[in-house]
Amino acid sequence: MKPLPSTHTHPRSLKQHKKSDDATFRIALAGNPNTGKSTLFNALTGLRQHTGNWPGKTVIHAEGTYSYNGNSYTVIDLPGTYSLFSNSADEEVARDCIIYEKPDVTVVVLDATAMERNMNLALQVLEMADRVVLCINLIDEAKKKGIHINEKRLSKQLGVPVVKTSARNREGLSHLQKVIKEMAYGKINTNPYRIRYSDELEEKISAIEETVLSTFGDRLPSRWVALRLLDGDQSLIDSLQHRIELRRKEVGAHGTDEPLYPVEA
Amino acid sequence: MSQSHIIPLTEGLPGQTIRIHHLTLEGTMRRRLLDLGFVPGSDVTVLQRSPLGDPVAFRVIHTTIALRKEESSQIYGELIGSEKNETTT
Repeated sequence: MKPLPSTHTHPRSLKQHKKSDDATFRIALAGNPNTGKSTLFNALTGLRQHTGNWPGKTVIHAEGTYSYNGNSYTVIDLPGTYSLFSNSADEEVARDCIIYEKPDVTVVVLDATAMERNMNLALQVLEMADRVVLCINLIDEAKKKGIHINEKRLSKQLGVPVVKTSARNREGLSHLQKVIKEMAYGKINTNPYRIRYSDELEEKISAIEETVLSTFGDRLPSRWVALRLLDGDQSLIDSLQHRIELRRKEVGAHGTDEPLYPVEA
Repeated sequence: MSQSHIIPLTEGLPGQTIRIHHLTLEGTMRRRLLDLGFVPGSDVTVLQRSPLGDPVAFRVIHTTIALRKEESSQIYGELIGSEKNETTT
């Protein structure tokens, strides 16, 4: 399996060069349950809301803001999930945010003591977005357990920056903020690891991807959408159809004839 | 390794560890179980049965997950040991 070169460019990445010095950015936090995602959210934004440990705690995503070096950042705390293949409302919320809202940076928070389990979601996000930072949290716990994580090697293999943190102790937070800023300004080139499938599958993916591109342009991660369609992901199909319909109504009402694309629900 | 010892998770006793060989589930439930860590090659330890015998708690990649017979009977693997030579975390 070889990483594929990035197959699509986001319109935002072109705009990024024009970002002014005091621009506002949107940052999404994704991650498994119990990775300290909400603790990181609170540490970044100074909010004290909803730290607790029960499933579905963060169903409707919470937003907070912080300033760093003259920029304002809106942080979206997505529900903790093991996957984004929409087995639940939580996963749909997280998925829709990443593919439709396209945050300037998506931070995947991983539990340093359970990397194997956490990589499932991380690899999914790498297939959905280009501007991704992996934040390996709970690094203090890992140290206690004698787990060493080679973040440079991980970063090289996955094609995105990897930052180690202990949100609880505010360890690594300023480094994380620095990396987020650089990525938001388009100063970090990423090459997210994307699984290469068999030739037969890749052929089908390309064929579907073409249709996806002609329907949605580069507003959606076309390769990822093609993969999900090939997998028969009914939840995504419904969500895409819903957005197409909304768009049709809007076009009908305002008489614009821009190319079809999903709009916010 | 021979495949003669492949058993469904439902036949595992508390303390035993089973290495997953394959799943016969399809669709969303298959995807869900894969996401939770029930992937071929993964080691699953049977933790305990609930009072009525169903569901059963399993430990897979450092997380405890309870499954009903409906699902666990469709996950097959090879018995690779019991608690004595396993360190529980």
